[in-house]
Amino acid sequence: MKRTTLDLWVGIFVTMGFAAIVFLALKVGNLASLETRPSYRIEAEFDNIGGLKLRAPVKAAGVIVGRVESIRLDPKTYEAVVTLRMDKDYQFSKDTIASILTSGLLGEVYIGLDAGGDTAMLADGARIAKTQSAIVLEKLIGQFLFDKASSDPASTSGAPK
Amino acid sequence: MTSVATGLRRVGAGTLRAIARVGFAARFFVAVVLQTPAALRRIQLTAREIYFAGVLSLVVIMVSGLFVGMVLGLQGYDVLVKYGAGDSLGIFVGLSLVRELGPVVAGLLFASRAGSAITAEIGLMKTTEQLSAMEMMAVDPLARIVAPRFWGGVIAMPLLAALFSAMGVFGAYLVGVRLIGVDDGTFWGNMQASIDFWPDITNGIVKSIVFGMAVSLIAVFEGYDAHPTAEGVSAATTRTVVGASLAILALDFVLTVFMFRGLGNT
Repeated sequence: MKRTTLDLWVGIFVTMGFAAIVFLALKVGNLASLETRPSYRIEAEFDNIGGLKLRAPVKAAGVIVGRVESIRLDPKTYEAVVTLRMDKDYQFSKDTIASILTSGLLGEVYIGLDAGGDTAMLADGARIAKTQSAIVLEKLIGQFLFDKASSDPASTSGAPK
Repeated sequence: MTSVATGLRRVGAGTLRAIARVGFAARFFVAVVLQTPAALRRIQLTAREIYFAGVLSLVVIMVSGLFVGMVLGLQGYDVLVKYGAGDSLGIFVGLSLVRELGPVVAGLLFASRAGSAITAEIGLMKTTEQLSAMEMMAVDPLARIVAPRFWGGVIAMPLLAALFSAMGVFGAYLVGVRLIGVDDGTFWGNMQASIDFWPDITNGIVKSIVFGMAVSLIAVFEGYDAHPTAEGVSAATTRTVVGASLAILALDFVLTVFMFRGLGNT
């Protein structure tokens, strides 16, 4: 085979290979999204984070505006401190409420932000004051059964005489 | 009593031979890596090997990738839809291809398509005493023959694995979105939301580079080490395919343990 033809084929092959890597990175993966955008960090404390995972989305009105960057336990207050990496394009007021939500019954756990009316915005490194913890399904069911048992006279005081 | 001693002697000899072979393979690997500058200086030789190992494997890799992706799409959707998770098809297909199937299946195909050819070629060169002739002319066969083939394989393998994964995702898209009717935006959106360039895709690339090195090393070593007879070359070719396939599967397990364990916590 002539040298130029061989070079051409190798060139085509290498280009195709790199095109496939770029395709995987941009179309299959999420290299193009948030990671490279300018961002700022805010913190939020929760009593219970439930099943929240690293890199879980932070949503406001259903739009992804950031990701969970780190989760740790405050050794003094025994509260979970979650660091959120937010997209710089989206600023939130100081009285924003952060709550841990689940999309659907079995869906992914994410953090929902409800913006308040304060004119001052959360700065880099600021802490969200108002938070709402995850709803733990087992506790909810337990509480429901407990309430049911104590409020229903038929089951506690027995059958009518 | 003597039969026991004979048996033990056989076991001992076999063990020593195996250890010596592993040692030889390790020294061979170091010698090949030391010849890297030679392979890079005469890049034309390496380019020729990329052509034989990579370009000629394109068809089998891309067609297999397409079909693996299409089957994954069909089977995955069938199971996922039972749990009402048909929308997760993109995640399922993308993750399994990028993390595991792309590097592993492309590696297995590469071992049988290109690895066997390399072993047969070098083995036949040895049988026809071309390697000895080179040494007589003061041309180092490691630099001239072995190193370009090794690096050609190492360069071609990750590109083939990436092409395999890309074709697989495309195949799953054809079946899932075009045929079954999963929503286009959901398919790509969910996939992008749960597959990260770092670590999912990069780990897949690292895997394919490691597999490329393992397959290429085994292929050139078996060729170089083949008995210079017709049977010897055929046995060496078989050993390449079997050994390289097993090496890929074992390495895949080890790499997966190191890469993806611990991703799930916190």
